[in-house]
Amino acid sequence: MSDFDWGVIARSSGFLADGMALSALLVLVATVGGLILGFGLALMRLSSHRLLSVPASAYVTVMRTLPLVLVLFWFYFLVPLAIGRPVGSLASALLAFVLFEAAFYCEIVRAGISNVRNGQSDAGLATGLRRTQVLRLIILPQALRAMMPLVLNQIVIVFQDTSLVYVVSLHDFLTAASVVASRDGRATEMYTLVAVVYLVICLSTTKAAEFYRKGLPS
Amino acid sequence: MIVIEDLHKSYGNQQILCGCSATVNLGEVVVVCGPSGSGKSTLIKCINGLVPFERGAITVDGVSVSSPKTDLPALRSRIGMVFQSFELYPHMTALQNVSLAQIHVLKRSRAEADARSEKILARVGLGDKRDSRPSQLSGGQQQRVSIARALAMDPQAMLFDEPTSALDPEMINEVLEVMQELALEGMTMMVVTHEMGFAQRVADRVLFMDRGQIVEDTPTAQFFTAPASERAKQFLTKVLTH
Repeated sequence: MSDFDWGVIARSSGFLADGMALSALLVLVATVGGLILGFGLALMRLSSHRLLSVPASAYVTVMRTLPLVLVLFWFYFLVPLAIGRPVGSLASALLAFVLFEAAFYCEIVRAGISNVRNGQSDAGLATGLRRTQVLRLIILPQALRAMMPLVLNQIVIVFQDTSLVYVVSLHDFLTAASVVASRDGRATEMYTLVAVVYLVICLSTTKAAEFYRKGLPS
Repeated sequence: MIVIEDLHKSYGNQQILCGCSATVNLGEVVVVCGPSGSGKSTLIKCINGLVPFERGAITVDGVSVSSPKTDLPALRSRIGMVFQSFELYPHMTALQNVSLAQIHVLKRSRAEADARSEKILARVGLGDKRDSRPSQLSGGQQQRVSIARALAMDPQAMLFDEPTSALDPEMINEVLEVMQELALEGMTMMVVTHEMGFAQRVADRVLFMDRGQIVEDTPTAQFFTAPASERAKQFLTKVLTH
């Protein structure tokens, strides 16, 4: 086993940490931004006004049929054309991730809200609560609980998808590791590290989702 | 108190209510019965505007339910409603269920609302269940909490939509007893139910519905001894022989 040089990890740790920081930033922004936008889209989709529900469902359908790589490219090339000046690859990647994930979070939020029994809203309205109060006090708390496992699951997917930002020449964790791997000729060590790190992060998030699901009253 | 005039309601092509008129006076208990699908639940949900209707008018205490100028939430807060499937909020305790609308609609302070909720929970025999979640309560207990939730708003009238239909037989009486007490205290009530014993004991009048129409509107004693319509006679033979 003397052929392995695990020291390469320590020597490139700063570079790898930068990659991980970018991955974390992408996950954070995509999740928070995606959830907020997705929440708005979900309310539009559930609306009885076709003027709101049709555009929202069209948006979701289009986004969900496109590969993320394509969306990343699009925003990288289209945003500068649209606003007439170049934007950094980070800004365009963040925007692409938020808009892409919003479509998926929309469906998660929608499922969460639809999961709440219809009668709950009637019960709230019957006591004199207004629609927004019913949504905030009765529907959303129940929807959020139902959504949590799906949201955690989606975070795992987003984290795995962050590796795609290499197409706009950003260095996320996986890209950083592969740069080191080819530069130092240490592919085995670096990709083993990547596998272990992905495994630990994704597995613990998935476990958290399971744990949460089990703890819910049926 | 509640005046319903020539009410029409349809879902798509299906006519649910065709020309229903009825009145519930202050302090009166009116039972609405009839075969399934006759429009009883729809009728009662029109009264507090949970179901919109196409034609006709409903006024509660002189206020029109369908007028766009009406403050519907304010109107609803004065009419309690109890549902067949309880519809307690599963993420809250019994006490929080009863306090919620007091705090957010009547703007009572939390302490004030909780004190009131405790009193009312005790009144429906659930003083010791204030911290229980709905999932920890039996059906009969859940329905009593939901009656407490409605009473906490100090309503002028109560609507019951088949309050015992989802209950196991041994729990039906504990709910009916609470309702009977309410009636004795003079609460104005409109009750959709198949419990003919309750109707006989408590109701002042019985409305019999069939295919979207109010076929009979008669004093209770007369309804059970000498119903005017053939359809009510048939219905009673079916219900009472079981």
